[in-house]
Amino acid sequence: MATIKEDIAARFPKATFDEADVLLINIPDDQLHELARSLRDDFGYDFLITIVGVDRKDSLGAIYFLSSTTQHTEISFQVTTTDREHPAFESIADLWSIATIYEREIFDFYGIIFLNNPDMRRLFLNIDWKGYPLRKDYDMESNNILSTESERQSDFTNVYTRGADGKIEVAEKAVFKPNDFVVNIGPQHPATHGVLRFRTAVDGEMITKIDVYMGYIHRGIEKLCESLGYPQTLHYTDRMDYFSAHNYHHGLCLCIERAAGIEVPRRAQVIRVIMDELSRIASHCLFFGTYCMDLGATTMLFYTLRVREQILDIMTKTCGARMTFNYDCIGGVMADVDPDFVKDVKALLATLPANLKEYNKLFVGNVIAEGRLENMGNMSREHAIQWGVTGPSGRASGWSCDVRKTHPYAVYNEVQFDEIVMQEGDSMARFKARILEIEQSARIIEQLIDNIPEGEVLAKVPKVLKLPVGHWFQLVEGCRGLFGVYIESDGGTSPVRMKFVTPSLNLAAVVDSITTGNKIADLITIAGSLDYIVPDMDR
Amino acid sequence: MPYEAFKDNEYIENLVQELQASGTNVLVGSLDKLINWGRSNSLWPLTFATSCCGIEFVSLGAARFDMARFGWEVARSSPRQADFMMVAGTIVGRMVPVFRRLYDQLAEPKYVIACGGCAISGGPFKRSYHVAKGIEDIVPVDVFVPGCPPCPEAMIYGIMQLSRKVKVERFFGGVNRQEKEQDFVKEHPVAAEAEKIING
Ligand code: SF4
Repeated sequence: MATIKEDIAARFPKATFDEADVLLINIPDDQLHELARSLRDDFGYDFLITIVGVDRKDSLGAIYFLSSTTQHTEISFQVTTTDREHPAFESIADLWSIATIYEREIFDFYGIIFLNNPDMRRLFLNIDWKGYPLRKDYDMESNNILSTESERQSDFTNVYTRGADGKIEVAEKAVFKPNDFVVNIGPQHPATHGVLRFRTAVDGEMITKIDVYMGYIHRGIEKLCESLGYPQTLHYTDRMDYFSAHNYHHGLCLCIERAAGIEVPRRAQVIRVIMDELSRIASHCLFFGTYCMDLGATTMLFYTLRVREQILDIMTKTCGARMTFNYDCIGGVMADVDPDFVKDVKALLATLPANLKEYNKLFVGNVIAEGRLENMGNMSREHAIQWGVTGPSGRASGWSCDVRKTHPYAVYNEVQFDEIVMQEGDSMARFKARILEIEQSARIIEQLIDNIPEGEVLAKVPKVLKLPVGHWFQLVEGCRGLFGVYIESDGGTSPVRMKFVTPSLNLAAVVDSITTGNKIADLITIAGSLDYIVPDMDR
Repeated sequence: MPYEAFKDNEYIENLVQELQASGTNVLVGSLDKLINWGRSNSLWPLTFATSCCGIEFVSLGAARFDMARFGWEVARSSPRQADFMMVAGTIVGRMVPVFRRLYDQLAEPKYVIACGGCAISGGPFKRSYHVAKGIEDIVPVDVFVPGCPPCPEAMIYGIMQLSRKVKVERFFGGVNRQEKEQDFVKEHPVAAEAEKIING
């Protein structure tokens, strides 16, 4: 790390460094673009994990988290401004495609303009929304959300540039071409899996562009977290990607535990990993069911839900709920496992291979399925990295991005399992990758289930939990991809900023570029194969 | 389910009393019974799920809970073919107009079940800047099913309550949905505004 730091210091004399779990480079905003390019091209940080907007009352800022897909190390850099009226930074949308979306999110939340971003609209909130909700001085009552009047829509977006005299100039740009025929799909549509909307421009039957319209379930979780104590923030992670409830909980707990210096008992760690993997199996099972239902194969849902129900029974016995478990907590897990836990899990593992065989027989070899999935929605490895598509979808494109392998947490480095990486990158590969992942999850559980160590399940945690001043970043593997948590603390009982990096945002953002040129009828199969969860992208 | 097993029988009895206050015509009364018997046993839901609660609604349709047993199996994707709307999930600002429009598109007689904490009061997101604090401000609600998410059994119980309500209703004359809607509009200025916009 030291050498990178020296290298950067030599190239960017104005940069200052902040040693945290991830090295943070403070850079003036005129060198932001240059630094980003240099980090990507010269230092190999080619994956933009996220951009976190922050409001520190006297200044607004953005923190960029980068990762290297070969070294698996992270680095971050930060720009800040004291201008609250017209804050503006250089856009990096030309370096990473996904930055377009990330920057739109920050614009929506903080009102920071990104110069040269090709599409500077709000992302989640209405055009007429007053104020920027994640700013600290935002008045929570300032917008009437109960208006039943249809929201105003525009087919134009703004591009901001800095003119020769240093002033910011605005140019209007049409979202669609003048002759585009735009078909609206959603937000209430059975195949968008939630309230997501695609404005689809078609030429005959061919898709030419999709404008993904989000925000129909934007619940403002990140803002809510800022007013809650750390243990209270946990339960929101259950409600973003409700299939990865355990995994997301795990991620947030890890981050808080690391910040507070809490040691988690080994028994709890093992239980957490087993729960994560059970969730993964249940989640992928539901994916098979709903995805096949989109394709008209309704029967599959009943077969796959059978396994899911079996897992939910195990969860109910231990966690007391079928969903939104709230089981992991800071310092361990809420309660010890049920006496039947081991027996039930073993029964599940025994039936799993036969079930998987059945799914393969029912669907994978089917001619219609092959015809509709193979060679559809192809995504190359570079494409996946450009858009930050992680999880099974990214791995089906040949990008090995499994956080359990790259940044092992809990007991993942002690168990044997293979990372499923496939090269085809089409819808079929994404489907198959999930079946194979179930096998690997079962393998992990098999190794652990007989070796749950005895002991405590919950470490001693102070009643009122305060984190020291600082910031932390934690990655875990959710069921749909990389889940990240960024916490910034001023030493109090609630965070100054808590940011969740969710995989579904990327999965939805990439739909546009991988469906263009395909028939509109295939939009549902391609988008469905990415398996996004709408509340997960909207937060 | 036997009558005693339900928890809020006074409510239904009051409703019946209220309906019968002005007396019932024998012929119309029996016709009512026949029609309501049919309606209450084939309530079709609209597939409407915004978030977590919606997943439990999916489980409701699958083999274990199997809502087809009760005649509710045909979840419709078009509001024009559905009888009731199971609001499973959070309703946020951007969704409000869409949600209200969906409700308006349901054919009369129509019913709404508020399913889960979010639909009832905003649930865990009550203090958020973008979440509606309960759908009752937007549409009239017939049954509330608490939970986060309610387990499928609770949902079944909720829909059963709705069918009981449908059973005692007066289809011909009497208090029907339109009047109820007018009362609702009077009480809720927001809905009145929407009415104005819809009616031009
Ligand atoms: S009530 Fe709970 S489970 Fe249902 S949508 Fe709201 S947060 Fe999700």
